[in-house]
Amino acid sequence: MSGRRHPILGTACAWTLLLAGTAVFVYPLLWMLGVSLSTPADAQAATVEGGFVWPSDPQLGNFREALAQIGSDNAAEPLRGFKDALANSVVVAVLVTLGTVLSSSLVALAFARMRFRGSRPLFLVMLGTMMLPGQVTMIPLFILFRNLGWVDTILPLVVPAFFGNAYFVFMYRQFIAQVPEALLEAARLDGLGWLGIWWRIILPLTRPVTAITAVFTFIGCWNDFLAPLIYLQSDEQATLAVALNSFRNQYGGVTKVHLLMAASIVTMVPCILLFLAAQKQFIEGLGKGAVKG
Amino acid sequence: MASIELNRVSKTYPGGVRAVKEATLAFRDGEFIVLVGPSGCGKSTLLRMIAGLEGISGGTVSIGGRVVNDLPPKDRDVAMVFQNYALYPHMTVRRNMSFGLLRRRRHGGPVAWLARSQARREELAQIDRTVEETAATLGITALLDRLPRALSGGQRQRVALGRALVRDPAVFLFDEPLSNLDARLRIEMRAEIREMHRRTKATMVYVTHDQEEAMTLADRMVVMRDGVVQQAGTPAECYGRPANRFVAGFVGMPVMNFVDATAAAGGLVAPSLGTGTVLALPPGRWPTIPAGPATLGVRPDRVRVSAQPAPGALQAEVRAIEALGDRMDVVLSVGSARMVARVENDARLREGERAWAGIDLADAHLFEAGGDGDACRRIADRDD
Repeated sequence: MSGRRHPILGTACAWTLLLAGTAVFVYPLLWMLGVSLSTPADAQAATVEGGFVWPSDPQLGNFREALAQIGSDNAAEPLRGFKDALANSVVVAVLVTLGTVLSSSLVALAFARMRFRGSRPLFLVMLGTMMLPGQVTMIPLFILFRNLGWVDTILPLVVPAFFGNAYFVFMYRQFIAQVPEALLEAARLDGLGWLGIWWRIILPLTRPVTAITAVFTFIGCWNDFLAPLIYLQSDEQATLAVALNSFRNQYGGVTKVHLLMAASIVTMVPCILLFLAAQKQFIEGLGKGAVKG
Repeated sequence: MASIELNRVSKTYPGGVRAVKEATLAFRDGEFIVLVGPSGCGKSTLLRMIAGLEGISGGTVSIGGRVVNDLPPKDRDVAMVFQNYALYPHMTVRRNMSFGLLRRRRHGGPVAWLARSQARREELAQIDRTVEETAATLGITALLDRLPRALSGGQRQRVALGRALVRDPAVFLFDEPLSNLDARLRIEMRAEIREMHRRTKATMVYVTHDQEEAMTLADRMVVMRDGVVQQAGTPAECYGRPANRFVAGFVGMPVMNFVDATAAAGGLVAPSLGTGTVLALPPGRWPTIPAGPATLGVRPDRVRVSAQPAPGALQAEVRAIEALGDRMDVVLSVGSARMVARVENDARLREGERAWAGIDLADAHLFEAGGDGDACRRIADRDD
């Protein structure tokens, strides 16, 4: 292989691969951007033929028009629908992220450091739930929430997040296991109980895992289409993902591609910002290596 | 009052491992006690039972006259210094030191924070003062706003000491705090700890596997093996009047020489030192020794080595010489036995050559023979 013997060739190979990979990932985004700035006709043409369009005359008005058409129709306040959907998305995503981080770290602390009978079997059962496809539990869960009277509220979306997420519990547990036991003993001597240890010692020390958990949970929740579709039935409750659906006509087709693309780009922005903010945190944290007392 | 009483304290782990077996000890207020022994002897477990970090399987632990078996660590009025410092890595030195005090405030909690009361402010100011004073005593004032990862090992250990000091506990507990430091730093910190004891006059219980550390720090030392207390006494007692072979071999460097012998009328028959070797017992020592097998224990500094024959000396061969600058440790083969002698520098002694070993029995010990060698008790002497 090149590399050591032909440093120039090696670097050239690496760069080629990286650029190719980048191009593959960036192309769809650029396509979206191009279509969002086009006229309806050009956008439709690009969609049908699959070509790339970059308008010479960017139609920035598409964005305003798209945001006005999202969600509920309200002539008096054109952007009401968008603001409602945005608010709903933010509330649900923030609550779910908070719930996931808090509950997963707490459960992980128990599995990592508490010694109790049945700890190992319980942990394996929890890991087992990761094997369950979401589709299997969809209907029983709906029936449960309908019986509780929670349909058409955000409760079915938010409350389960406060009961731990197996994947993140596993990640936290591995990280917490690296914290020296002596640190917890010192905390105990200082007067902390389990909750105090979790809040003041474990959470600050597991910041990289928290960053990863928060980013993935937020993005997953922000983009979640199925759960809000099932549980949020009125227009006012809809999240952005569901609201984007209003650009489809009754047959499932898309006639206003340019508006859909414009709205989608706006929807993406918070996730990109969050990732940029958290990126420093978890890359820095992972670089620090094992925690030493 | 911070006396400590251990009454038949035992620790048995699930699975049957008995880490500590019925330890009964009493430590006076203000004493510096060192628990010493090889790895796995139960000294750390015993310390942790005093701290409350380990449950007590049997017996009672009392601090200041009150039984603390069921008290959580934070209510026992103890502070602990750990081997790997256990500093909170995400907090500054100042925060590390004040953490315990902050948790124990009377005016803490969200209500007081909202009220911003005068009492709360005063309490915080007092905590700050305590931290600053303690830092000054330990010479770490310049480090107060640093994070632990920016400190050297010695600095971290000082911070760990500071964290214990600010709490002003009844008892200080040390779990091999100097094991992670290099030799020179260890000696320096030993002096600091002694100074700390002199200043605070608190009861201190210190765990180490290093017998030299134990000898230099302890008012009294407790030698342990396999969960059993072998001897509890002053360093002088443990060195000069060891209770059994284990203590004799553990305390003192280089290790005591042990020679199998048979006690007979007025002498010790020791064929392992050479066929027909009989060592004369010093007059007055072991007046009532029964005839039979025994083990002779002679400290290396009581073995003289010369390149020329000397009266009463045994023929030997020099196996190795370890030069220590002001003295030498000479490893000898005397008959079939291996002995170590600590002598003054003598250029005439050379590895692989013949030498003459003179054994001074004036301060020697005799131990019973048979069974578990280490548990063999020292045979009583006229001084006992």
